[in-house]
Amino acid sequence: MIESISALGRSGTDAVRQYGKAGLLLLGVLCHVPNLRKGFPLVLQQIYAEGVLSLLIIVVSSLFIGMVVALQGYHTLVKFGASAQLGPLVALSVARELGPVVTALLFAGRAGSALTAEIGLMKATDQLSSMEMMAIDPLRRVLAPRLWGGFISMPLLTLIFNAVAIYGAYLVGVKWLGLDAGAFWSNMQSSVDFHSDVLNGIYKSIVFGFVVTWIALHQGYDVNPTSAGIANATTRTVVYSSLAVLGLDFVLTAMMIGGW
Amino acid sequence: MNNLIEINKLHFQRQGRSIFQEVDITIPRGKVTAIMGPSGTGKTTLLRLIGGQLYPNKGHILVDGQDVHQLSRQELYKLRKRMGMLFQTGGLFTHLNVFENVAFPLREHTQLSEAMIRSLVLIKLEMVGLRGARDLMPSELSGGMGRRVALARAIALDPDLIMYDEPLSGQDPITMGVLLRLIRTLNDTLGLTTIIVSHDVQETLQIADHVYVIADGHLIGQGTAQSIKQDGSEQLQQFIHGYPDGPVPFHYPARAWDRDLLEGGRV
Repeated sequence: MIESISALGRSGTDAVRQYGKAGLLLLGVLCHVPNLRKGFPLVLQQIYAEGVLSLLIIVVSSLFIGMVVALQGYHTLVKFGASAQLGPLVALSVARELGPVVTALLFAGRAGSALTAEIGLMKATDQLSSMEMMAIDPLRRVLAPRLWGGFISMPLLTLIFNAVAIYGAYLVGVKWLGLDAGAFWSNMQSSVDFHSDVLNGIYKSIVFGFVVTWIALHQGYDVNPTSAGIANATTRTVVYSSLAVLGLDFVLTAMMIGGW
Repeated sequence: MNNLIEINKLHFQRQGRSIFQEVDITIPRGKVTAIMGPSGTGKTTLLRLIGGQLYPNKGHILVDGQDVHQLSRQELYKLRKRMGMLFQTGGLFTHLNVFENVAFPLREHTQLSEAMIRSLVLIKLEMVGLRGARDLMPSELSGGMGRRVALARAIALDPDLIMYDEPLSGQDPITMGVLLRLIRTLNDTLGLTTIIVSHDVQETLQIADHVYVIADGHLIGQGTAQSIKQDGSEQLQQFIHGYPDGPVPFHYPARAWDRDLLEGGRV
């Protein structure tokens, strides 16, 4: 009995310690806003590694998601004689929810896991320790550019996701199912509000980008430096990031709809 | 001051296990000092303590008169610029080629022109015999070459102290010979102070001016290579000559042999 209580207490203190470590890591990284001469090129490299290299999966997924939503939506709307509302249906679903959430989930799987594995491997092969012994702070040199890279990449990827998904819906709705192109676009234009729909989606994606990259960096930096440790940390990054994204999405949606 | 490093009454514990108890070590300036001991005695930990990456539970480590663990972060980083460390894995940055690895500390800490950085890097690579390998990636290097590149990087900022963590482990005899010669030559020609942590006893004794042997958290011997070889301590002799049985027993502790046999098929 006492043992199980102490085990519960231990796991509780371990969890709190992990939050503390993650918080300190974030503080350390945020203190290092990249400077123009040395930091900016590193951030650009990370935007390429995290953003540009994630483009393929984002573009392909968003195209299919847009097409599927259009197909499903059309067959439901047509029952009510409201097939002309397909444009707004797709645009609102994508801009408000699917864009930021699915992009963040894909980003966690593609870029987040890669970040954790990369930093974990740098730790396991003493690259981070050698940097410290060279009087170079790994938080500044390695982690900060990656956090800023993720932070900047995510909203851009979300915008691309939104645009391609809507194009996928256009292909299905207009080119395949024969809806009127003018009605499709004009209904979409009149129903979608730039601030409450598009910008709110982008705000979400900024939060998701920040959280996913933070989780990935923390899991990599705090890894048990063995092959099994790196594999476990990579898995944890995807699981924790996905849960955080879905949980935060509800909170942010409630805040936005509730007008907080 | 004759000693570059003075370690006084060092205590260090990790996960409830005592690694060092009351350890006193001095590292004389300009000499090659070897720290030896069986695996798991905390030799690498000692180097990390000297470099300020770990904190002792008690005791002081003075490097050039400065208490490493009392320094501010900025002062510690300033001190580290005067230390080079060669990790067991080499610690080369896998995304940079040999040239860029050696140039890395110069680019980070100096405002030198590209031409000057190129000259300095080529000088350091020439010292370790790898000027011709400057365009290779770390994955294309053999283990010994990787350590030589890491050595060139460690001396890029012309440190006063260089620490080697198991530089010889897993190397073939030729590579060992090359590394031993490099360690000794670099120490003498650049006026460095060298610490080698190793359990390759015979090879390390060839080049060490002074030797410390650590086991079970204590110093079990110290002196010149010759005096260590002749020391009468049974524990020290087992380690130096690699006897399979002695104070460190061959058998893992177990209950009585006859009891195990008499229990028949029960496991």
